[in-house]
Amino acid sequence: MWLTQPLNEKSTRLFLGLLGAALALVTILHLVFPQGHPMHMSIYTVSLMGKYLSYALLAVAVDLVWGYLGMLSLGHGAFFAIGGYAMGMYLMRQIGTRGEYGHPVLPDFMVFLNWDSLPWYWYGFDMAWFAFAMVLIAPAALAMVFGYLAFRSRVTGVYLSIMTQALTFALMLAFYRNEMGFGGNNGFTDFKDLLGFSLSTDATRLGLFIATGVALAIGYVICRGIVLSKLGRVSIATRDAEARTRFLGYRVERVQLFVFTVSAMLAGVAGALYVPQAGIINPNQFSPIFSIEVVLWVALGGRATLYGAVIGALVVNYAKSVFTGIMPEAWLFALGALFVLVTVFLPQGLAGVLAKLRGKGSDDEKDLTEKEAAA
Amino acid sequence: MSLISELTDREHVFDFLTPAASPVDVRHGPILYMEDVTVSFDGFRAIDELTLTINDGELRCIIGPNGAGKTTMMDIITGKTRPDTGSVWFGSRHNLLTMNEPDIASLGIGRKFQKPTVFEALTVFENLELAMAADKRVFPTLTAKLTGEHRERIDEVLEMTGLQELRWRTAGVLSHGQKQWLEIGMLLMQRPRLLLVDEPVAGMTEQEMERTAELLTSLAGKQSVVVVEHDMGFVRSLARTVTVLHQGSVLAEGSMDEVSKDPKVVEVYLGEGI
Ligand SMILES: Nc1ncnc2c1ncn2[C@@H]1O[C@H](COP(=O)(O)OP(=O)(O)OP(=O)(O)O)[C@@H](O)[C@H]1O
Ligand SMILES: [Mg+2]
Repeated sequence: MWLTQPLNEKSTRLFLGLLGAALALVTILHLVFPQGHPMHMSIYTVSLMGKYLSYALLAVAVDLVWGYLGMLSLGHGAFFAIGGYAMGMYLMRQIGTRGEYGHPVLPDFMVFLNWDSLPWYWYGFDMAWFAFAMVLIAPAALAMVFGYLAFRSRVTGVYLSIMTQALTFALMLAFYRNEMGFGGNNGFTDFKDLLGFSLSTDATRLGLFIATGVALAIGYVICRGIVLSKLGRVSIATRDAEARTRFLGYRVERVQLFVFTVSAMLAGVAGALYVPQAGIINPNQFSPIFSIEVVLWVALGGRATLYGAVIGALVVNYAKSVFTGIMPEAWLFALGALFVLVTVFLPQGLAGVLAKLRGKGSDDEKDLTEKEAAA
Repeated sequence: MSLISELTDREHVFDFLTPAASPVDVRHGPILYMEDVTVSFDGFRAIDELTLTINDGELRCIIGPNGAGKTTMMDIITGKTRPDTGSVWFGSRHNLLTMNEPDIASLGIGRKFQKPTVFEALTVFENLELAMAADKRVFPTLTAKLTGEHRERIDEVLEMTGLQELRWRTAGVLSHGQKQWLEIGMLLMQRPRLLLVDEPVAGMTEQEMERTAELLTSLAGKQSVVVVEHDMGFVRSLARTVTVLHQGSVLAEGSMDEVSKDPKVVEVYLGEGI
């Protein structure tokens, strides 16, 4: 089975092992050591880690299309945000009468706007199963419509990148509008509970952190499964010689559409897990800068490796939280400088450095023996 | 060399070289029929009322000076370029002008490009695997498994193309000649009814050229082959019908000896010593 294939692979097992160990470590640091103990990890830090893990899943999704399909998407933040909004709509409906205005159905911002009934597209979001399905369906639908139009017309390269930027920018402007019914520039916040668990308790937040780690593991295995399948090799073929792939009889635009849609769904899940941990979702999540930052994480971590994307997302975001603590104005400059340094000195990103340390010898030779063993 | 001819003579060894069941209808005529095809690029007629017929099982050589329109002709047949006027039929049933590249490829037209294009990031083995005739839709490709039979076919093609030792090398490290062979191998994996081969021997040694000639000759009959080549020695060694293309239309057609005596051809190739 294509989906279980990665589990036979050393690198995937190593990744899953390390991720599992990290989840266990954070849990222990939080639960076992009492508050005040120097080894104790605060719930604030746990949720911060949880947000980083959701970013890591987003980065994996971006690497799938950029690394293996050659599509530099500068708009994946849009899928992340849409997944986040779907989750946010559910969380808003869960507030019920506990809002400022105490309206049993309408979220506060709608009462504030003097709306008297729920817009049709809010129907169903009081049910968890429906909202969670929408976390997958809404980004997938957008990706399919956008991808169908773009790939059918064979839009690639820079033009595609620009179109994805335009997409997320347009959505940002739309979501800023109060009439859209998504809370305008304030977005959604003041969430109360999720599946009946209060979001203010430590246990729920730890659970969310672990759920995000599990989602990252599953997303990673799905992506790796695609990459290791014949479809993954067709993707690489498309990336490197699109026309040639067509002449072999592959419907390139359909391959692109499938992989792009899978990637968008993963991004949506990442967004949905991000929102309850961040406690807020607003249109800034659609901002073009955010989507560009995601691409930088992947570039820094190392493109077309998947685990590089995870490393990049974690390292950059950790650096960002440290840096913004010291001098917030300088962060974007620091990020820019880091990006330039890495592209000049480490073209394969941090993953490339790791591979060198691990392999020592020539990579080609190692691949050779591995593949021969597999054959 | 003798190995190739020996192996290719024994049909049962290379059963897989016989084309896959194809819906192409050649009962009432040629496998490829182009009529009055014209293509202009910014007013310049690269193909000018070209009419060309390839019979089923034929090995046809096409020669012509640079810019004669040979590659453009292949672009039209494979769906890459749409002609302004004219018609192109594959068998008597399929109008190629209404089809896209993947459909034309699936129908059984394989192409080797003038500039060898292999997938450089993939291994030689993987290049052949992707080319292999199979269900190439998205989900069957996602769940595709490499069976023992598939491996055998790939092994056989590796042997025919002399690339056994390089099977796990990434295609990017191959020499120009080896890439040419890999592309020919990919063409064989596709099991096409019609092979369009654009300048197959550029970058090959004398010896490799001989092997290529033997391979193409052995394919003809079961498959139809159209070879574009500049190397006159090579074309002569194939010893088949030759079509001379000039300024986008057919200048002469016949055996190599006939066309090389044709005064119009001599004039076009003035000084090149055909
Ligand atoms: N896409 C294109 N746009 C503009 N002109 C083109 C295009 N493709 C081909 N041409 C022109 O059409 C003419 C025929 O080109 P073509 O590549 O078919 O020649 P050829 O016979 O294959 O030559 P060669 O032997 O050099 O490969 C050339 O003058 C070329 O410049
Ligand atoms: Mg040419």
